[in-house]
Amino acid sequence: MNKELSLRAVVDQLRDGMTIGIGGWGPRRKPMALIREILRSDLKDLTIVAYGGPDVGMLCAAGKAKRLIYGFVSLDFIPIEPFFRKSREAGGIEANELDEGLLVLGLEAAGQRLPFLPTRVGLGSDVMAFNPEFRLVRSPYDDGETLLAMPAIELDVALLHTTRADRLGNTQSDGPDPYFDALFARASKQCFVTTEELVDRMDLSYPDTVKSNLFERCLVTGVVEAPLGAHPTAAHDLYGWDAEHLKEYAELARQDDGWTTYFEKYVAGDEAGYVERVGGRERVAGLALPAM
Amino acid sequence: MTTAREFTLAELVICAAAEAWRGGGEVLATGIGPLPRIAAGLAKLTFAPEIMMTDGEAYLVEQPVPLGTPRAERPAPAGWMPYSRVFNNVWSGRRHAMVTPVQIDRWAQGNISALGDPKKPKVQLLGVRGFPGNSISHRNSMFVPHHSTRTFVEGEVDVVASVGYGDKRWPDGKKRQVDIGIVVTNLCVMDFKGPDDAARVISLHPGVTFDEVQAATGFPLLLRDAVATTPIPTDEQLSIIETLDPKGVRTSVIKGNPPGLRAA
Repeated sequence: MNKELSLRAVVDQLRDGMTIGIGGWGPRRKPMALIREILRSDLKDLTIVAYGGPDVGMLCAAGKAKRLIYGFVSLDFIPIEPFFRKSREAGGIEANELDEGLLVLGLEAAGQRLPFLPTRVGLGSDVMAFNPEFRLVRSPYDDGETLLAMPAIELDVALLHTTRADRLGNTQSDGPDPYFDALFARASKQCFVTTEELVDRMDLSYPDTVKSNLFERCLVTGVVEAPLGAHPTAAHDLYGWDAEHLKEYAELARQDDGWTTYFEKYVAGDEAGYVERVGGRERVAGLALPAM
Repeated sequence: MTTAREFTLAELVICAAAEAWRGGGEVLATGIGPLPRIAAGLAKLTFAPEIMMTDGEAYLVEQPVPLGTPRAERPAPAGWMPYSRVFNNVWSGRRHAMVTPVQIDRWAQGNISALGDPKKPKVQLLGVRGFPGNSISHRNSMFVPHHSTRTFVEGEVDVVASVGYGDKRWPDGKKRQVDIGIVVTNLCVMDFKGPDDAARVISLHPGVTFDEVQAATGFPLLLRDAVATTPIPTDEQLSIIETLDPKGVRTSVIKGNPPGLRAA
């Protein structure tokens, strides 16, 4: 069994109109090498599900995303993702805005193969207006409480970035917070991961850090080695997000043809040359993790 | 209680905001933004040692992290609080956050999502983020750096991100339990504990009049019978605030960083 793939081979398996979940959290641990490969493709009409960062902003800017299901879209130190903001204010995107916790419940329901999970979250708020398909359910017990039936968010594909992986699909993700990568993996029909380092067998190379394995390998369809592949987002504990690069990106969002400028400067061409285009291996690997 | 030291309005507001966590038990205190975060730290270091705080990332700390602390100098963690656990904590109700909505209405509903039509917003803001779940699960207080009719709106907020005391949005018309703590602004401290959950002023900052607050608010306010003047900071409080914000981030939150006592 060898699940190793190329970036291109993963993108070749994606189809127009698919629902694609992206792991990570804002400007942290995003599978950006795969996102850039999607940006270079002719894929379109995607539904994107994420705790979004520049992944979501770029897919909006490039016209790849038709619909967004999101807990937020933020660069953290730039609170509102600039190209997401631009797309929303142009009315160019279908927005299923969720409470951050509702996204957890929707992915959990899908992973458990349930139609919904009951919750109070969202009741009384405009989450109900953002998501007119949401229905209510009444507790069958004596309390009789009316709750939101948060529907399962089923993903065709999940894309995740990991610290280490082996060819069998075992992965490890370092860092203080696992975020919800495991739920994305579980909610998807196919899950592709990029990794900083690919080894033959995790049990032979990294048995001592096995608690950073977030989900079992049967959920993993394919593995792509992509060192520094989370840039410009952070990949704990290896490198931080690239504030300088993201500031330039945000500045370009103010310009009419800013996305074209960004794409031509950094994304166009192949991924092999990307790290050089953003300042080289040494620079990216040396980016400090942010202070809180 | 008086102090010989000079203090700023921001420092007075921090002390007033810290009161949100008095007597609230062993909850996760989350102050979002510099002043609420300093306020939570001040509460923990003075009268509320039981509250839990995070380092702003994924760990619980017993020593509040001063603003701008480099990663390597952060206090040692006492517990682990990744986001998955934060949601579990939120839904259990054992949390009290202090947040800054962009709009607040007479029903205590808050908006951080967008201005204008949510389908094509005039201004895209943060989105609802965790506000719907927070507001239906645990107590929330608010901090407003510039008390005005743009924040305290006349009608309903453009997008209801955090739920409040209105009754028309609930299924079966059945209003749910909502728990609003205090609302601390640059002018006063308010709550929503008047008759029928009406907003009322419970203390005015030194030199501020009720009429001034009312004029800056888009809906009618009540004045609590025993309205107080917001207490001025003690020397001890000012010293602790300095340790929690050694770089003076608090000076840039309220426009002009005015003194705590208005010039006569």
